[in-house]
Amino acid sequence: MSREKQVPMRQQDSDIRIHNFDEVPLGYTEEEAILEAERCLQCPNAPCVEGCPVQIDIPRFIDHIKNRRFAEAIATIKEENTLPAVCGRVCPQENQCQVVCTLGKRLEPVAIGKLERFCADWEAEHERYCPEVGKETGYRVAVIGAGPAGLTAAGDLRKLGHEVTIFELLHVAGGVLMYGIPEFRLPKEVVKREISALEEMGVKIEVNKVIGQIYTVDELLENGYNAVFIGTGAGLPRFLGVPGENLNGVYSANEFLTRTNLMRAFRFPEYDTPIKVGKCVITVGGGNVAMDSARTALRLGAKESIIVYRRSEQELPARREEVEHAKEEGIKFQLLTNPIRFIGKDGAVAGAECIRMELGEPDESGRRRPVPISGSEFTIKADTVVVAIGNGPHPLVPRTTKGLKLSQHGNIVADPKTGQTSKEGIFAGGDIVTGAATVIEAMGAGKRAAAAIDRYLKEKK
Amino acid sequence: MYTILSKMTLSSQIREYVIEAPEVARAAKLGQFIVLRLHERGERIPLTIVDADPQAGGVTIVVQEVGKSTREMGDHFHAGGSVLDFAGPLGVPSEIENYGTVICVGGGLGIAPLYPIARGLKKAGNTVIGIIGARSKDLLFYIDRMDAICDELHVMTDDGSTGRKGFTVDPLREILSSRRKIDRVWAIGPAIMMKVCAEVTREFDVPTVVSLNSIMIDGTGMCGGCRVEVGGEAKFACVDGPEFDAHKVNFDLLMSRQSFYHEEERCALDRYLAAEKEKEQREDR
Repeated sequence: MSREKQVPMRQQDSDIRIHNFDEVPLGYTEEEAILEAERCLQCPNAPCVEGCPVQIDIPRFIDHIKNRRFAEAIATIKEENTLPAVCGRVCPQENQCQVVCTLGKRLEPVAIGKLERFCADWEAEHERYCPEVGKETGYRVAVIGAGPAGLTAAGDLRKLGHEVTIFELLHVAGGVLMYGIPEFRLPKEVVKREISALEEMGVKIEVNKVIGQIYTVDELLENGYNAVFIGTGAGLPRFLGVPGENLNGVYSANEFLTRTNLMRAFRFPEYDTPIKVGKCVITVGGGNVAMDSARTALRLGAKESIIVYRRSEQELPARREEVEHAKEEGIKFQLLTNPIRFIGKDGAVAGAECIRMELGEPDESGRRRPVPISGSEFTIKADTVVVAIGNGPHPLVPRTTKGLKLSQHGNIVADPKTGQTSKEGIFAGGDIVTGAATVIEAMGAGKRAAAAIDRYLKEKK
Repeated sequence: MYTILSKMTLSSQIREYVIEAPEVARAAKLGQFIVLRLHERGERIPLTIVDADPQAGGVTIVVQEVGKSTREMGDHFHAGGSVLDFAGPLGVPSEIENYGTVICVGGGLGIAPLYPIARGLKKAGNTVIGIIGARSKDLLFYIDRMDAICDELHVMTDDGSTGRKGFTVDPLREILSSRRKIDRVWAIGPAIMMKVCAEVTREFDVPTVVSLNSIMIDGTGMCGGCRVEVGGEAKFACVDGPEFDAHKVNFDLLMSRQSFYHEEERCALDRYLAAEKEKEQREDR
């Protein structure tokens, strides 16, 4: 086998998968994983470790795979990463560990993400590795929100011997991993498996707990918790603010995906929550959430699924892999286009009036600013619209925590190195601090905050 | 799991449940709501908190059996049993103060959330005029409770089967026309009732509060499915409401959005009823 290219991962054919919600990439076999692991140069400076937001010892776990020591491989990953089965699937490795891979300078980089996923899936079929939990410290930490940031912080704090309780608003733990990312990209059983591993370590998870209402963050500190980590995420969907946006059939991506993933509307009426999807679906936006929505629409029966994005293909913020998957499935891309109004018929959306855009000077994000071309208006027929242009901070905890310093957008202000907020004993991380970002960045923030909380508790003593 | 402490039939379609949820009971404020889910395949059902007993840990809710989930709850969820999920309190509490004289209008199931607000207003020192109504006698409830706290109570039914024949807006208009000084109106009920009440109170320039029951999924600010137009701006009923200034609400949009899933709701209910019937026949055999 040539070292030039990654060992490809088998995947479901696109004409079959658009009719089901099963996972698209099917995983490596042991032999495939070993072949791919053999590509790793084991370079001493290991730039990949620096590229990983949670600094997994990548060369070491790959070396274990190469030598068929799969149990040791997963144990190595789990030293640093609480959610390997998730990260192996949804991390943008191409911008992190793999972009700095030495092999990647000349050939394709090692498929680190695929190998990570292999290890986690191998573990699911064999004996579970439960990380060692340190001696009980007697300290109690409350974690608010059971998404990637909260789960990671909780796992790390528990490993250090602290008593950890996660309070989750929804009826299941997992946050965006459960309500947002679709089944075909991240099976919910995989998420549940990772969460049950945390529970096995002794992390307590309480669902249906509306922190901010049943207890404020200050009350948690008064009621016996020694520190609090806030990881409540970016939950509040943004809309375009154009006429017709409240017509029936116009969804936020959050609603569209929550109905489908969390409430399992794709199995209505077996499950009670319905979802209505028309023949032609427009998804506005260019990120991973937009790709997820457009691909979900196809699986829910749409005949045509179109991404409408105001910049060009080059600027699409979605992972390349997701864009490719979307294209394979027949998603159409209407680029350099922005909706200016939704057209209604009998209260329901019937189309979008759009305007063509061109790219001007770079804006503060460094990307070229899209500028409308006057007189270029045209209409796209659609009976469903999904608005996937991002989310603001979830308002419940920031609104109810007195004296907590917030940014002008309502995000919690926290030290990026430690997660320390403006109030003693209160730490925060993930999308509630940074605004919508990636799963792994939230996990990195959870990890740094856990270390900082540990130091804080010990210093306080 | 959340234990059902008691279940009481208020009318042919309407039942009152007390659910054990001590943390919710302790924190609940007037005008807030909870979300409950019956079982693993259930939908998230938003329901206004009618009463909360911090000592006993019970939260009172009232359910009208109109769709699949609410029928199922009435048929199969009894005292001593439990519901799977129960989260709250959610939403912004009502602003209760001594306004002077207030009118509290409740229509149909809306009487349930109205009652504690009327009681709160009375406790705050207001003179409270109650107007409650329903399509017919068998959909009317809480008459005695409202009577006990209101200084004056008007009972209406569309068909005249009890109280006066007519709509809740009729006495509202009469009272406002009589030039009595009314400082504030609360109107909670079907969207169309709230709309006509808002139109009348606008004429007389009386500040009016409505509680909006738009379709929700999570009920916590995440999906935006409950968005309503208030003063030309999109607001989320779950985190910005559920109470809003009635004179700024676009009720036509609310009604349109409420009806979006009628077909699916019908399908789910028919399927449930058919399965229930089949079960019954099997048991008979």
